[in-house]
Amino acid sequence: MKAARFDYVRAATADIAVDALARGAVALAGGQSLIPLLNTRSRRPEVVVDVSRLPLTGVEEDGSTLVLGALTRLRAAETSPVVRRAVPLLAEALTHVGHVSVRNRGTVGGSVAHADPAAELPAVCLALDAVFTAQGPGGTREVDARDFFRGPHRTALASDELLTGIRVPLPPPTARHGIAELSRRPNDLAITAVFTSITLTDRVVAEARIAVAGAAPTPIRAHAAEELLRGQALTPEVLTAAADAAAAATDPVDDVHAPAAYRRDMTAVLTRRALRQAVVG
Amino acid sequence: MKITVTVNGHTRTADCEPRRTLADFLRHDLGLTGVHVGCEHGACGSCTVMLDGATARSCCVLAVQAEGSEITTVEGLATTSLTPLQESFRRHHALQCGFCTPGVLAVATELLRDNPSPTEAEIRTAISGNLCRCTGYHNIVTAIAAARDHGGSSNADAPPQPPGT
Repeated sequence: MKAARFDYVRAATADIAVDALARGAVALAGGQSLIPLLNTRSRRPEVVVDVSRLPLTGVEEDGSTLVLGALTRLRAAETSPVVRRAVPLLAEALTHVGHVSVRNRGTVGGSVAHADPAAELPAVCLALDAVFTAQGPGGTREVDARDFFRGPHRTALASDELLTGIRVPLPPPTARHGIAELSRRPNDLAITAVFTSITLTDRVVAEARIAVAGAAPTPIRAHAAEELLRGQALTPEVLTAAADAAAAATDPVDDVHAPAAYRRDMTAVLTRRALRQAVVG
Repeated sequence: MKITVTVNGHTRTADCEPRRTLADFLRHDLGLTGVHVGCEHGACGSCTVMLDGATARSCCVLAVQAEGSEITTVEGLATTSLTPLQESFRRHHALQCGFCTPGVLAVATELLRDNPSPTEAEIRTAISGNLCRCTGYHNIVTAIAAARDHGGSSNADAPPQPPGT
């Protein structure tokens, strides 16, 4: 199908973009989510404001935080030596986001703002306690990842706010990570995926993060499973208990891709795999 | 809107509506029928082209977004003769109806440029976003692997690609 007619504004500054958003425009960044929706006429905006040429790109790390400009291409973030060194979980998760052709165009901010419940980047941001920067008519504000995702494709961003950056607190250098994803083809959107980051002290879990994509209306943290792991050695019994607790935290739906019960069961399987991968490598 | 792009080394200008995808712009406004339009929503990979040195699904880019960009379509891959990758596709019967071929050539060219020695698994992953309705994947993989073994995907006289994204 072809998109319905719309007017097009190429924003020269973030202020111009915010002004257009305030007047009802939708923001176009890399276009990998929005343009399919336009082409299928799932969305029919009157005005599209193209933010893709705003200078909100680049990756920086200051010793405590990794800062990504919202318009950094997914592929650029994935292949950035800074990201790979500072937050290897993020770098590896990005290899699962769409195909290379999609990552060449799609942006980190676009993926977060699109807020697909099965998408990798929102779940990883949740796992890592990322903070999002949004610019609106009254200035900028920061929103914690845990407060950002409100439902499928719904976020805390107001209609006149533009996501401008992502701040990721650096995990300790000893943190290990594991990713287990179930999808039809490599790089398809996940049916269900689990992202873990754990820190071990003398084989005992000092810190654990578990985020699940594709098993609830938003990405979720498996807090009970994390709590259960802290202070424990990763015995088979502990792994099973954590996997069951992660599955219990889900709120999956039935859809064409998988029944809810399958997503819940797979959350347990994937949690165990991701934790084992984090320990064994 | 008036759009100017450099396609296969030539500067081209045409008028189009903002809703025009780059795929339709290349195919219908510039007459480059090697750009195959399949699903029009980023699922099949048929319309993949090189955009500023990196593959892109041209149905998921607005033509207006490509203003000032450098684009290579399948018409621009071969200059005086077929690229080694294209030769390999011919030798190994890696195409039947040919609908998916321009997109597959684009991603395989990018793969061999960025990773000159891909494993078979890496080749399969690289083309996993490109659907072949003839299900000729086996020969496509064989052809890419053979091009890998014979070194490179481009003609020696092909213009150098600009750096990635």
